[in-house]
Amino acid sequence: MNALALVSQLGGVVLAVALAPLLAGWVAQCRAWLQSRSAPSLLLPYRTLRKLFRKDAALATQASPLFRAAPYAVFGAMATAAAIIPSVTTDLPLARVADAIALVGLFATARVFIALAAMDIGTVFGSMGARREMMIGFLAEPALLMVLFNAFLMFGSTALPTIVKGTLDADGLTLHPSLAFAGVAFVMVLLAENARIPIDNPGTHLEVTMIHESMVLEYSARHLALIEWASWLKLFNYACIGFTLFVPWGIAPRTAGPLGLLLAIVWLLAKLAVAGAVLAVIETVSAKLRIFRAPEFLSMAFLLAVLGLLVHLLLQS
Amino acid sequence: MHGVSALTTTTALTALLVLVASWLLIGALGLVQSNRIGWVARTLFPLGALVALGVAGMGAMSLGTGFAAQTGVLAFGLPDMPFHVRLDALSGFFLLLLGSAGAGISIFAAGYFRHGEGTAPGLLCLQYHVFLASMALVVLADDAYLFMVAWETMALSSYFLVTTQHRIPEIQRAGFLYLLMAHVGALALLLCFGVLHGGSWLMTFDSMRAATLSPAWAAAAFLLALFGFGAKAGLVPLHVWLPEAHPAAPSPVSAMMSGLMLKVAVYGMLRVSFDLLHAGPWWWGMLTLAVGLGTALFGAVFAAVQTDMKRLLAYSSIENIGLIFAALGLALLCYAFNMRLLAALALTAALLHALNHALFKSLLFLATGSVLHATHERSLGKLGGLIRRMPWVAALALVGTLSLAGLPPLNGFVSEWLLLQAFLSTPSIPHAFINMIVPLGAAVVALTAALAGYVMVKFYGVIFLGQPREPSLMQAHDAGWLERVGLAWLALGCIFIGVFPQAALDAIAGVTQTLLGTVVQRGPAPWWIAPVAQAQASYSGLWLLLGMAGVIAMMFVLVRRMYHGRVRRVPPWNCGYPELTPRMQDTAEGFGQPIRHMFGPFFRMEREVPAADDPAPRYRIQIDDHFWHGLYLPLARIVGWLADALSMLQRGRLAVYLMYSFLTLIVLLVFVL
Repeated sequence: MNALALVSQLGGVVLAVALAPLLAGWVAQCRAWLQSRSAPSLLLPYRTLRKLFRKDAALATQASPLFRAAPYAVFGAMATAAAIIPSVTTDLPLARVADAIALVGLFATARVFIALAAMDIGTVFGSMGARREMMIGFLAEPALLMVLFNAFLMFGSTALPTIVKGTLDADGLTLHPSLAFAGVAFVMVLLAENARIPIDNPGTHLEVTMIHESMVLEYSARHLALIEWASWLKLFNYACIGFTLFVPWGIAPRTAGPLGLLLAIVWLLAKLAVAGAVLAVIETVSAKLRIFRAPEFLSMAFLLAVLGLLVHLLLQS
Repeated sequence: MHGVSALTTTTALTALLVLVASWLLIGALGLVQSNRIGWVARTLFPLGALVALGVAGMGAMSLGTGFAAQTGVLAFGLPDMPFHVRLDALSGFFLLLLGSAGAGISIFAAGYFRHGEGTAPGLLCLQYHVFLASMALVVLADDAYLFMVAWETMALSSYFLVTTQHRIPEIQRAGFLYLLMAHVGALALLLCFGVLHGGSWLMTFDSMRAATLSPAWAAAAFLLALFGFGAKAGLVPLHVWLPEAHPAAPSPVSAMMSGLMLKVAVYGMLRVSFDLLHAGPWWWGMLTLAVGLGTALFGAVFAAVQTDMKRLLAYSSIENIGLIFAALGLALLCYAFNMRLLAALALTAALLHALNHALFKSLLFLATGSVLHATHERSLGKLGGLIRRMPWVAALALVGTLSLAGLPPLNGFVSEWLLLQAFLSTPSIPHAFINMIVPLGAAVVALTAALAGYVMVKFYGVIFLGQPREPSLMQAHDAGWLERVGLAWLALGCIFIGVFPQAALDAIAGVTQTLLGTVVQRGPAPWWIAPVAQAQASYSGLWLLLGMAGVIAMMFVLVRRMYHGRVRRVPPWNCGYPELTPRMQDTAEGFGQPIRHMFGPFFRMEREVPAADDPAPRYRIQIDDHFWHGLYLPLARIVGWLADALSMLQRGRLAVYLMYSFLTLIVLLVFVL
């Protein structure tokens, strides 16, 4: 483990944590443009965070220690996840600590904590949101795993840096049919897991439809800030997982020097800008699904990913 | 470990037999003053826990490298059939499991059992320790005779423990069903051993190992074993006794049955299929794999809709047993194709999951025991908010909950990770059809694991979080210190295996070496595993934990340094609705509703929906098992009908019976002449 690797490891986490609100702001801005509204500032998420951190936390009288600890746990899980996703460079010492399966496990940890915290106060919306979130989660999680297994079958490793290396080292551009299935499935999972239209709408507080928002209704001030930040970080992480699996070009290889890393950051910013815009387009052109259509949406993602596996196995044999 | 094993080559087995005997002695001492709680609970049960630690220690010793199997002959049994005992790595691992989880359960039980709950404490102590000793003897047995004697003792002692509160009709019924299924299974095992000796009529396992069976007989033996051990372990469709018996038993007994006894059945399956039958053709593995995956999904789906906390855990046990058998089937399958390393990986996943399940399921069953004592409620619909009244139990149960949900960095995740890794390597199986079907099993495993997360959020959220659903819950009290120690021991086990997974893998290496002749690759450090190859996949629980803890600590300090840590206590906001009552929260039924909706065909549902103008509306839903109504009740009817038909023979008149004897005599004479 050399010094540069350590720097890029820590730097990667800091970069993810710092850029995540920007990505959220960018998506919100694109959405506003597409819907002919005047867009909020790109930096609005940062201002929101500062505002929330300054306020006094209003905590429900019956809130247990679990309720207060959960935002930190969620943020910790998301930041750790950011550490093992090769978004800028594949030279990550920590990436060997946890592979793609552990990454899914980290997301699940965050989800379980936030669902438990939602049930802690004992309000109507909390338990309703927890139930819905777990419903989405138990369908999305296996779908995400199946997407990752597609990549595994191709490169024989569940370690994300190895998968990136596998694609970058391949001669020329080969189209893998299984990755096409996996790609569609991944986008569907991304939408569901990040509380996006058509599954959930981050911009609404309508009781009947909300999922993510209803879980965090009782949170305020710094706890809410951490949760919001963690959910932006989750979107950032998902985008980066997508890059590593499907468009890894621009990620610095192991041998890259400081200049290569800088170039990789520029690449990352460009990819994020495109991905954010695409996300805004998807959200604008689709309508929100009824809650009980969500399982159909997600089982479709699951089946697509499994189909990808099957296609790969068929073509291989 | 070399020095240690040299020291213990002759003594480990003797020491184990002495420990088992002392369990029996402790049990017998319970009868001396069977009604004095101070004697039975505070003295004998902790002693039993110490013995359990000894058993675990001896088991761990036999897992060291260079340990040779030890055999012995006991001077009990029939004149020409003495008891044979044997200690090898496989039995050693299961003794480690039995002892380490058993120690926690015994310490908890020391604080748990009290007067006025059915059987007298002293008698309970006898049954409890006989149960423990018989499980250890099953694992140590080296001939079919001792195996079956110990197996039946295990079934009977646990039957008495299940029916501790035998005056309740529901518990009588549960006990009867359990006894029935246990004996149907035992019959299959008896037949299985009858096939295994291969015509030599020698009942020692040594002669069974040496026996050569024709493929058809070997298959018969395997199927009988799968049936017999499957009935004990709770494989679908032989699972029906499990959700009845586990809730009926006192909680430490449920913990023992779910955490330990089901694992003894797994042991039996491993012993017969790998050791005595030397594995077999690939379809054995495929069958076990399919049954295991089906059981896992079935258990998880049913667990999600339960409204009784112990039934929920019982179904979750079915799920976990399914995962263990799926891994076992995968090991058989890979072994049949001579892929030793992959077989070792799958077997490691099976064994580690067995150990993990023994720890976290015992922990959760014991936690329900504390809740039951504090609230006298088993129904999830009448609990809630106990984290504020019972912080210790809640905190320790949280560890078990997260482990069972398979979340890093705890132990449940490690075994699921191993299982998924094993599945991922299956496309290399050299069979054109199997190598496409089996990898899809990973999808079922992933779905089951995710459902387990759902179930656990429901379990923990409804019991410990939210507002108390009944006013009486405000009087709930936390568990006593003995119960806390027991829970903490098991929770520490969960954390230890999660953080230092390689330590557990080292223990298992001895078993895979004995059964398969291969071990998975050793990770670079105790906290770092890389069972196949470092480049393929590696995982380190400790680093993950440190990473998360580091971020959490840093954020905690940063927020307080840069801003502040002020808190104002206010009434909950609840979207501005002024009145908030406990009835507004999700009930257990409500939380399970999406699963009921999605997996409708799995269940046999009876619903009573009130009419719109009903002045006292009541919504009732009952969820049953298709197997019960479609398989067991018809079977019971057929048996009843046959019995009725046979009763035609019983005329109750002496002349008729004399005629029967006369006819029999004539028929026999015809044969003789």
